[in-house]
Amino acid sequence: MPLLLTGIFLTFLTSWIGLVAMPYLQIGRYKPEIDEVTKESLPPAFSGEADQGAVVYASNGCIYCHSQQVRPLEAGSDLERGWGARRTVARDYMYDKVAYFGTMRTGPDLSNIGARQPSLEWHYQHLYQPQVVSPGSIMPPYRFLFVKRRIVGQPANDAVKLLPPDQPEPGYEVVPTAEARSLVQYLTSLKRSSYPLPEAPEETPAK
Amino acid sequence: MSSAVTDAPSKPSLIDSISPSSVEPVEDKAERAEIDRAMRGVVLLFYGAAIAWLLIGSLFALIASLKFNIPGFVADTAAMTFGRIRPAHLNAVIYGWAAQAAIGTGLWLMARLCRVSVRHGGILYVAWALYNFGVTLGILGILSGAGTSVEYLEFPRWASVVVFAAFALIAIWTVIMFRFRKPGHVYVTQWYILAAFFWFPWLYATANLIIFYLPVQAAVQGPVNWWFGHNVLGLFFTPIGVGAAYYLIPKVIGRPVHSYYLSILGFWSLAFFYSWNGMHHLIGGPFPAWLISASIVASFMMVIPVITTGINHHFTMKGHFGALRWSPTLRFTVFGAMCYTVASLQGSSMAIRSWNQITHFTHYTIGHAHIGMYGFFTMVMFGAMYYIVPRLVEWEWPSATLIRWHFWLCAVGISVMFCALSVAGLVQGFALNDPTIPFLASTRFTLAFLWMRSVAGLMMTAGHVVFAASFALILLKAGSRRQRPTLFAAPEESAA
Repeated sequence: MPLLLTGIFLTFLTSWIGLVAMPYLQIGRYKPEIDEVTKESLPPAFSGEADQGAVVYASNGCIYCHSQQVRPLEAGSDLERGWGARRTVARDYMYDKVAYFGTMRTGPDLSNIGARQPSLEWHYQHLYQPQVVSPGSIMPPYRFLFVKRRIVGQPANDAVKLLPPDQPEPGYEVVPTAEARSLVQYLTSLKRSSYPLPEAPEETPAK
Repeated sequence: MSSAVTDAPSKPSLIDSISPSSVEPVEDKAERAEIDRAMRGVVLLFYGAAIAWLLIGSLFALIASLKFNIPGFVADTAAMTFGRIRPAHLNAVIYGWAAQAAIGTGLWLMARLCRVSVRHGGILYVAWALYNFGVTLGILGILSGAGTSVEYLEFPRWASVVVFAAFALIAIWTVIMFRFRKPGHVYVTQWYILAAFFWFPWLYATANLIIFYLPVQAAVQGPVNWWFGHNVLGLFFTPIGVGAAYYLIPKVIGRPVHSYYLSILGFWSLAFFYSWNGMHHLIGGPFPAWLISASIVASFMMVIPVITTGINHHFTMKGHFGALRWSPTLRFTVFGAMCYTVASLQGSSMAIRSWNQITHFTHYTIGHAHIGMYGFFTMVMFGAMYYIVPRLVEWEWPSATLIRWHFWLCAVGISVMFCALSVAGLVQGFALNDPTIPFLASTRFTLAFLWMRSVAGLMMTAGHVVFAASFALILLKAGSRRQRPTLFAAPEESAA
């Protein structure tokens, strides 16, 4: 038995060293880098509201259809689809509390969705009525992230301008909840590989 | 009472017919009966809970599957949104069904092979209650929005802690059983089960600690997540499934395993190579190239334990494939063992970078996951349950017809599911890889196959309902007492 247990322990330990300890040493100890020109940190940190939005992202399981990793030219057509200016590297995830790399692309990669779709309005519409905003999409609607209510006095500033047939009846408005607002802040701050890094220059796909 | 000895009738030689040593001693039968009686409560509890979670998990699966074709289906209830139902399905079938089937089977096999019964077995009842409490908390947590979205680790912390505590208790008892085994040869199944119960608590604790408790930077979470995720399959479920097959196949056909040395090679090469596979889930991702390459190499080296095990099982079965005609246990187990080979070789191929470029992020991966966890592991567990439960309840399965329906619904169902998802995934993957094809088209191409997947899932769910009915009936000792085990047909008179 001691021999068996030692063997079982040692084989397991080698994988722990290789897949847990070494990645920590190699990609787990990034310090912020400061861009010489703009004096901003690379990558930029998330705002507090965007951090909360990441929790909403997790709470609703967005990763089960969307990935957040841009593959290099030789590993896929991600760059040719315009999903980033370059591949993503480990540093790009430095300020995420939890990594949402994802393993399915029922929907497109979201690493740089903030660069592709910077409009808050577009995101609210898309979350409420994905099939209208993207015909042919199978993304489910997230109407439970919104509230439909009677207009009291003036319409709310952030009332969503919906497209037919989901427009509310006269006298009513659709307003995002705090969850929707923070989620959209998170999504619009996703610009992971929209700019070059010293270790990752921008790549131009061959035409 | 026990049908253990008479599964494979063979014509005795003249010497055998007069030698007293060819008849099994009473003490052995009595010892087995005593062990079965001691393990009865615990194993049946784990099996019962496992089957309940299988039904729940199947329901979640159907809802999730329909949403692909009908995106508005129950979409306005937050708890039913795809992003919650899908991990609820995964966790229900992995931690609810598969892990408890593994625990029940592992405990019984360990008890029988070590020829010990459990002392202070009441602790295992506590572990059972704690485990199911933890899983229930976890599933409710996911549905209410507290899920972590870290794959295979979606339970919120307050649930995973309970699951870990329960599992640690179970693991300790398994190791104790092994430590106090009766002297004699240690069979390969015992190594596999010991290893599985040793590895899993360690994996679960480490992964949870590093990802959720320590402030590691996010990039490290990818490797840790998939070191865990792949090892749950490779270092927990696979050893238990393979170990069970190594026990059940020889038992049913009444012949020893083909080669002891091959089984040693298979075990150690699995232990060493499987644990390095994890990064093949992240090919092309933002990680050091050496790490990904190491996992690709390890994924390919898996061919060694897989072919070794395949050869061993095949040559054990050689000449006895006719037994598939009459033995339910064997039919499920051999189907499962064959799916193991298919799933594993497919997995090795999916780790090759150029092929991965097509299949990554597609339904092809989902098909692979199901042919592994269902085609292999679940079907072997069904086989094990068909063997073990009569020995615990001291009653035979009331209806061979129900078993037949169970087998065909599930076997055809998983085959259709695998084919549908594989084709869907390839079409999706080739479309994704061609930047001139708009993204939405890649999803549109999969829709017809996803309808097929829903139909296949419906068949499998029906099979599970049939099995649950059989299980309820045998617990109630329905029907009249049988003299022989419930089989599909009469066994041949002479062993081939």
